[in-house]
Amino acid sequence: MARAYQKEESKEVIKERRAQQKKRYLESLKFGFYCMTHPIDGFWKLTHEKKGTIGAATTILIVTILVRILKLRYTSFLFLQVYWEDINIFLYIASILFPLALWVIGNWALTTLFDGKGRLGDVYMGTCYGMLPYAVIQFPLMIVSNFVTIEEGQFYEVLSVISLILCLLLIVNGLAQVHAFSPGKNLLFTVASLFAMLVMIFILMIFFSMISQGVAYFISIGRELMFRI
Amino acid sequence: MKNKIAKIVTTLAVVIGVGFSGLATVEAGEDNYTYTYDYWGDVQESPDVYSVAKVYTYKDLGLSQNISNAESLFVAGDNVYICDTGNNRIVVLQRKGADDFEVVREISQIKGADINTLSEPADVAVSDDGYIYIADRGNARILKVDMDLNYVLQFNKPVDLALTEDSVFKPDKIVIDTAGRVYCSAKGINKGLVKYENDGTFSGFVGATRVAYNFTDYLWKKFASQEQRAKMESFVPTEYDNVYMDSEGFIYACAGGMEEEDLKAGTVDAVRKLNMLGSDILVRNGAYYDGDFPVYGDLYWGGGGGISGPSYFKDVTVLDNDLYVCLDQNRGRLFGYDDQGRMVYAFGGSGNMDGYFRKPVSIEHMDKDLLVLDQLDCSITLFIPTEYGSLIYTAMDQFEHGEYDAAQASWEQVKMLNGNYSLAYIGIGRSLLRKGEYKEAMPYFEAKYDDENYSRAFQQYRKQWIRENLIGIVVIILALFLVPMGIGRVYQIKEEIDNADIFKLRRK
Repeated sequence: MARAYQKEESKEVIKERRAQQKKRYLESLKFGFYCMTHPIDGFWKLTHEKKGTIGAATTILIVTILVRILKLRYTSFLFLQVYWEDINIFLYIASILFPLALWVIGNWALTTLFDGKGRLGDVYMGTCYGMLPYAVIQFPLMIVSNFVTIEEGQFYEVLSVISLILCLLLIVNGLAQVHAFSPGKNLLFTVASLFAMLVMIFILMIFFSMISQGVAYFISIGRELMFRI
Repeated sequence: MKNKIAKIVTTLAVVIGVGFSGLATVEAGEDNYTYTYDYWGDVQESPDVYSVAKVYTYKDLGLSQNISNAESLFVAGDNVYICDTGNNRIVVLQRKGADDFEVVREISQIKGADINTLSEPADVAVSDDGYIYIADRGNARILKVDMDLNYVLQFNKPVDLALTEDSVFKPDKIVIDTAGRVYCSAKGINKGLVKYENDGTFSGFVGATRVAYNFTDYLWKKFASQEQRAKMESFVPTEYDNVYMDSEGFIYACAGGMEEEDLKAGTVDAVRKLNMLGSDILVRNGAYYDGDFPVYGDLYWGGGGGISGPSYFKDVTVLDNDLYVCLDQNRGRLFGYDDQGRMVYAFGGSGNMDGYFRKPVSIEHMDKDLLVLDQLDCSITLFIPTEYGSLIYTAMDQFEHGEYDAAQASWEQVKMLNGNYSLAYIGIGRSLLRKGEYKEAMPYFEAKYDDENYSRAFQQYRKQWIRENLIGIVVIILALFLVPMGIGRVYQIKEEIDNADIFKLRRK
């Protein structure tokens, strides 16, 4: 009897915790817009006051990828011509995820050696929150693009470029806040992270070519044996 | 064991054999006679636009002597003039029937000049008032003779500072305008076309080709010594390979042998349309994902069979509907472009079969039929439009004359015959656009990425839509303003009631 009572209580606790988590998730999602409009204050609070969550960051990332895919189909052909024969949806998704992963790992690996306050999750969070303007600007732009002519299309190009520049600035600034770096130091590490990405790509390429050669070696030995027998 | 080895060997042989035969069939499949490019620059196979009516050799024409090294064709009415350069004569043919040509006369002598024979005649032109102009290259002169071959006038080497005295004047290709002025492209003169007034005086150069130079060469030249500089290629315009004057008096000039990267960058032109001032007014509006569609023939210049590099436009002819056909000497192909610079068709190839060429040098048209002169084959090929080709021409003419219903119907038929043909869709769309059916026109433009026409149609459609739904739009906009204001007002009243003193008192 006593055990059952205890169980019920823990159920309630779990329920409450879930509700709290949900509330925190929604609030952190909302906090993304605060980050967009108050970049310095927002990104500082994001990790140092635990306003952001990994869940919300992932949501922003997924929304960004979704908007990028939707754009292919629903942007007017005046602004975006798609050669459908060459589109591979998985490669297209990977074209965001792969550089993001390299960036996050590269940045974390470097900054953690040089007094960076951000952990791996924090770097991921800062980067994803910085991508919010892309979805916020590109999605309405995609809809509007269907209601304008080519002569009126100048603003599309301008806004499109603005959204990208905004993302870039937010990410760079965001990481400065996350790591509590001065602007100069941050800039240095941004460039260094880009180099780290290149190095990682280089190592990955060597790795894969070694593996494939190794596999090919064993396959050819196997073939040789098959021919002999 | 032996059996097994034999088995392996035979399987290998079969595999290799199949592999090679597969390659062979792929190559054969790629080489289709007529094609167009779509918006992406992909080759789209097309039904034949022209078919070969007949290939004429000297025997078919009834000449006693084979044509040798012929360089040019000229058509005036029913007559075809062949410049038989190697035999120092000009052969005049008359078209008696659909594919029946007869020799009318051979010109090798004129009357009343200092030198009465021709030497390497390179080109011939006939003016509207019946004078024959001959670019007599070997004698360094352009002759003007009347129909009975009496000497009238002679155009000599231009007197200009740019030409040294010992350089030999080699008039190559000539055109005559309605006022009797002569425009000549001469070998070794790269300042443009030599222009003569109708009395034989030289009056200047017009329309030099654009000079393309690349920056690295320029830099090298800056640092080079005098002798090194002399050895380097100088940045000079190229000479035109051929000229043609259309019915409105514009000169179409083409040139080949350009650098690949210059062509791709658009710093040089394979074809130019010159106005009286000598500036290029050719329209290049074809939709292409990478900008405007380039007017330089083939987009892909892969080697194979000893052929590589871009198309070499040796000659150009302009049909009456402003469609111009360029002759590519490199691959023996013909490229038709419309007045907007969109490729209408491309066909041909190099080889010995009918409709293929070994060294085509000149192209002319008789109404819609095309004549191509092959220098190595010593033959003239007559092309007549197929049903499909005639339909395209009919549709263009109908659109030009404002018969938009008929044009739409013709383009629909073209589309039925060739569903991959961009111009058919755009043609239907343009007809609908002119008829005012904007909404119907839009999908046709969208299908073929014609953004300008689409925008035109969409703008009109949007205007129409707004006019029709004006009341609804006004209501929605008003609602957007009034509803929040109304709600705000309701809340305000409610708050006033809540805070009113009487109720407060009672509550207390």
